[in-house]
Amino acid sequence: MKEIRWHGRGGQGAKTVSQILAQINLREGKFVQAFPEFGPERSGAPVRAYNRISDEEILVHSGVYEPDIVVVIDETLLDSERPTEGLKPEGVLLVNTPCSAEEIRARTKFPGKIVTVDADRIAKETGTGFPNIPMLGAVVALLGTDYNLAEAELREALGGRLSRDMLEKNLQAFRAGYEAAKEVAVGRA
Amino acid sequence: MRKAITGHKAVAEAMRQIEPDVVAVYPITPQSEIAEYYADYVHNGLVRTELIPVESEHSALSACIGAAAAGGRVMTATSSQGLALLVEVLYIAAGLRLPIVMALANRALSAPINIHCDHSDAYLARDSGAVQIFAESAQEAYDYTLMAQRIAEDMRVRLPVIVNLDGFTLTHTVQPVDLLEDEVAKKFVGEFKPFAPLLDVEHPVTWGAFAMSDYYFELKRAQEAGMEAVPAVFLEVQRAFAEVSGRRYEGFFEAYKLADAEYALVVLGSTAGTAKVAVDELRARGMKVGLLKPWLWRPFPGPAVAEALAHLKAVAVLDRAFSFGTMGALYEDVASALYPLEKRPILVNYIYGLGGRDITVPQLVQALEELPKIRRTEWALRYIGLRE
Repeated sequence: MKEIRWHGRGGQGAKTVSQILAQINLREGKFVQAFPEFGPERSGAPVRAYNRISDEEILVHSGVYEPDIVVVIDETLLDSERPTEGLKPEGVLLVNTPCSAEEIRARTKFPGKIVTVDADRIAKETGTGFPNIPMLGAVVALLGTDYNLAEAELREALGGRLSRDMLEKNLQAFRAGYEAAKEVAVGRA
Repeated sequence: MRKAITGHKAVAEAMRQIEPDVVAVYPITPQSEIAEYYADYVHNGLVRTELIPVESEHSALSACIGAAAAGGRVMTATSSQGLALLVEVLYIAAGLRLPIVMALANRALSAPINIHCDHSDAYLARDSGAVQIFAESAQEAYDYTLMAQRIAEDMRVRLPVIVNLDGFTLTHTVQPVDLLEDEVAKKFVGEFKPFAPLLDVEHPVTWGAFAMSDYYFELKRAQEAGMEAVPAVFLEVQRAFAEVSGRRYEGFFEAYKLADAEYALVVLGSTAGTAKVAVDELRARGMKVGLLKPWLWRPFPGPAVAEALAHLKAVAVLDRAFSFGTMGALYEDVASALYPLEKRPILVNYIYGLGGRDITVPQLVQALEELPKIRRTEWALRYIGLRE
């Protein structure tokens, strides 16, 4: 079983992408859970969301304490939220930042694999404005999930909510996040 | 069809397939999304339900009672303080033998105010006369919502049925849920047959009549007969559901690795899933442990529970709410069930998980590992995950 913890700020869409990831993983035949941190949700406040992904039925209903992957959607949370807490040493720290992995290592002291994706830049260049979708693309790359399968699910998940133009921009952002992580993360997480 | 959806959505989908005549509901965390999804279905024309947005839960259930007496199939959903507010009329729904199905997104009661899961709301309705079922997962919440409709409407029963699902842990967690095809679900639930509907003006009847000491007792005894009929109907409905869904729920509770166990946990709701992981972990280490997870809590299937637990050396019963001043309500059920036996396991009662306090595999492993060290049954509460 793989466990993922997302760190974002209220309004950045951490919960949304954790739920879409669960749909993607379900489509590839996995058992899944996705749940937000059950705290007071306010725009801009630190929020957490979690995923569990397994080949077997997931029975456990407790919180996630030792994730395999930590995703930091908002770089400012690196200092305030201790996102590496409990992260397995052999796990992956994925951060939305223009900084290099080594710079993030110096800041977090995390000894394992660090992957950086400049999701804010991607969001700006594609015109989506949100860093969550590129980070979802990066997670899909780290998990080694089939790209086309993931994209098809994302298209379905966002199709009802967005205009065609904004949907295409989000798919571009998703692809860019996927490519960015794929380049850095050789092999699977 | 398998979908990754929340417990909310799973319950709302079951309601969509049931398509009651009336849904009267008032929002409260963590139930609100059930009502929101259902309002979407109504306004998108997916169902022909009369949705009544009321000003309180007391009004919600009152509207349901009126609609049910008028001859409609009705449903509602609530949580915590909402349940507390509507309990007054829940007793009336049960006393009038109205088959209203209600999802209860379990949440702690105030004070202090808290939005997270425990079972104090379900426990508050314990003696209301409503049938109560607990779900371990969103799948079970979906399945039992469909089954609840048939149990409630069975003429031998005719009682309100509460389907409990843990707030947030189940309501807000995306999980895989196998949904039945609409036609299959609708056929399973069946056509609603109103009983003595008020709207049948050709055959006028009185609902909610006065009964003094000359008849009140007999009428309440007749109500208990409805409860007594539940176990047999429950098993019939489970069998019928297995035929259409392939999902076999057999019995009033799930007995997980219990047959050859020496020690066991008894626990309601989603914690049972976590407990299975704890059981597996200890089994791998050679300890003979198991789990009893009641689906049916009211009426409590005492004799069956006693039979399933009789061979054990010790049992820990976990309650996710205080019954202040006495032992936990589930513990008391289990203790009463075991009392008639000549040889019975040692019992211990743990209170856990109040106000959403997380309950983990290591904590449940520890509770099971403690059992062989406990020498006798004592009148004393123990706690899991409490800072003292």
